[in-house]
Amino acid sequence: MNKILIKGGHVIDPSNDRDGIADLLVEGNRVAAIGDQLTVEGAEIIDAKGCTVTPGFVDLHVHLREPGLEYKEDIASGTRAAARGGFTSIVCMPNTSPVIDDETGVRFVLDRAARDGVVRVYPAGAVTKGQKGEELAELGLMYEAGARMFSDDGLPVISARVMSTALTYSKMFGVPISTHQEDPTLAGDGAVNFGRISTLMGLPGMPEEAETVMIARDIELCRRVGGHLHIGHVSTARSVQLIERAREEGINVTCEVTPHHLTLTEDLVKESGYDTNTKMKPPLRTEADRRALISALRDGVIDVVATDHAPHSFDDKDKEYIFADNGITGLETAFALLHDRLVLPGDIPLDRLVEAMTTAPARLLGVEAGSLKEGAIADVTILRTDSEWAVNPGDFASKGKNTPLVGWSLTGKVETVLVDGNIVLRGGELV
Amino acid sequence: MSELKRKDILGLEEMSADEMELILDTAQSMREIIDRPIKQVPTLRGKGILSLFYESSTRTKISFDLAARYLSAGSVGVAKAGSSLDKGESLRDTVRNVEVMGPELVVMRHPSGGAPHYLAKNVDSSVINAGDGYHEHPTQGLLDMLSVRQKTGTLEGLKVAIIGDIFHSRVARSDIWGFGRMGSEVVVSAPTTLLPPNIEETGCRVEPRVEDALKDADVVCVLRLQLERQKQSFFPSVREYHALYGIDARRLALAKPGAILMHPGPMNRGVEITSDIADGPQSIILEQVPNGVAVRMALLYLLLGGGE
Repeated sequence: MNKILIKGGHVIDPSNDRDGIADLLVEGNRVAAIGDQLTVEGAEIIDAKGCTVTPGFVDLHVHLREPGLEYKEDIASGTRAAARGGFTSIVCMPNTSPVIDDETGVRFVLDRAARDGVVRVYPAGAVTKGQKGEELAELGLMYEAGARMFSDDGLPVISARVMSTALTYSKMFGVPISTHQEDPTLAGDGAVNFGRISTLMGLPGMPEEAETVMIARDIELCRRVGGHLHIGHVSTARSVQLIERAREEGINVTCEVTPHHLTLTEDLVKESGYDTNTKMKPPLRTEADRRALISALRDGVIDVVATDHAPHSFDDKDKEYIFADNGITGLETAFALLHDRLVLPGDIPLDRLVEAMTTAPARLLGVEAGSLKEGAIADVTILRTDSEWAVNPGDFASKGKNTPLVGWSLTGKVETVLVDGNIVLRGGELV
Repeated sequence: MSELKRKDILGLEEMSADEMELILDTAQSMREIIDRPIKQVPTLRGKGILSLFYESSTRTKISFDLAARYLSAGSVGVAKAGSSLDKGESLRDTVRNVEVMGPELVVMRHPSGGAPHYLAKNVDSSVINAGDGYHEHPTQGLLDMLSVRQKTGTLEGLKVAIIGDIFHSRVARSDIWGFGRMGSEVVVSAPTTLLPPNIEETGCRVEPRVEDALKDADVVCVLRLQLERQKQSFFPSVREYHALYGIDARRLALAKPGAILMHPGPMNRGVEITSDIADGPQSIILEQVPNGVAVRMALLYLLLGGGE
């Protein structure tokens, strides 16, 4: 049996309240032991002195673009990008072409992931057929095929009745429904946050209430019918308030925030001179929103960090601002960006960030991940928190080079990644 | 300041008072050429100017064409309808084609804020923004400033009231930044639905009641109401808009005696402005037009190094 001994690292395992120097022994695809000064015959030694050892990261929100949009990303490139970013389990969104809205689609993704992928892939199935928001998709059959989340991401579920039915129906499977909260009548053709930047730059704006009225609505539906409502990519201070209040009332609502909404604001649109890599949905918001998101993440009102990794081709972004596609890549910069911009300045403790990227999303999704306890599945990420590097999209494994972080110097690097006991990334290089 | 040290004219937000002064002074000399019987001077002979209009325009396009002709530059234009601009050609390919055709200067109007900025970043030619989305229309701002300065001698200390659809107006933004930088006090007034958020950050003051905005104004700038905004529920009817925000003799009388009345055109007579005042003694609307040619001549001259 394959044995790997990770020696001398600082282990942070939120599932086990572990936060200190320890050795970690992996045998086969399981964590065999964790403790001081482990010695094992015939084990490959990984010297983790000076490194941080965590459970493999779990991302609840990734666009792998396969099938149909392989020119933007595919399962091979997207899972490699995940590994480079320290992610060992990812949920891929169903807004592909065709939409993943039946068991065949789910099986296709799982088959491709088994063939081409290097990390675990959990497909999200569409909530409605063709993501049209009209008829429920076959949630039950998709669940049996392996879907672990349902979402019409990229689009809101416009009909309150359909959303209510989806929440009700999903209770049979205990799977979260992840939402893209955007009232289309309020969002209009908005390209940036509605506010000072839309005014100063003469760009159509998307107001915060396009997001918050939908969150308020879905909280009310969830309060009545139950189910697990997961709010995707929250971006405003008010969103967080609504969610916090709902949770105090005992409503089963969780939420996620992206690294970019935690670290960037609408000001970047102006500073970058209309760089279309600052265009995404929801749009980058204000500094007050960003501060509120950071506090909510620290306090646990926001459960998890999810990247909303949205790769696009050069041509899809190389356009007039109002015509460019929405989204930025996130997998390969997430940890470094958050560590550099939030952990180092003291806004978020490292152990909370690790929890929000590992144990919390694993628990939310109900999959085996996010733990380094003895017997846990051996998905491990080893980080160098003192290592500084410059973002160069040319180095990305992702086909999507669309990031506004080009040239940013970030401290915090993903060094080594194990998936199922196998080393997939070593010294920052894909194996 | 005797020369303009920039490649492009993208907006007035980033332009200094010295630069504006130079442009206005130069435009004033150009205005004298326009008023001659023989208007053409050989200054820019051999220079090529290309205009790309992704939105329809009559006045601005003609104005640039005349400006080029009066300075003896060669000017060709492409309008959207029926051209490659209408056939889904990407902006990048348009830009690359522009590059190899090698004009010294490109004039661009585009429905997206920032499109001329993209062009400017990607070509060696100078770029003049002839209106981008509802962001800026710098040559309109400059011609408005020139028109006022001809009457008042200075822009310092003037109260300029801009009335109308501030939300969707690139003219309003360029006027606010331009007049503001030259020392005028700019006040805007519009129905609340046509007032963009945080507009004060451009340096203007908001007066919700049109009467308050007009009070003691030296200059009244009336904006065109795009009638299709009614279908988008920005205002309930043209009739109501006229009743609440239309500028007529009674409202104009609230401004200083002899206050200057402007409109960037084209006007909706009887909607945002009434005919009696549009055609009346306080109106400089028809002065704005030749001043537009003069400002564009000045920019072509300053950007294309006519002094050489």
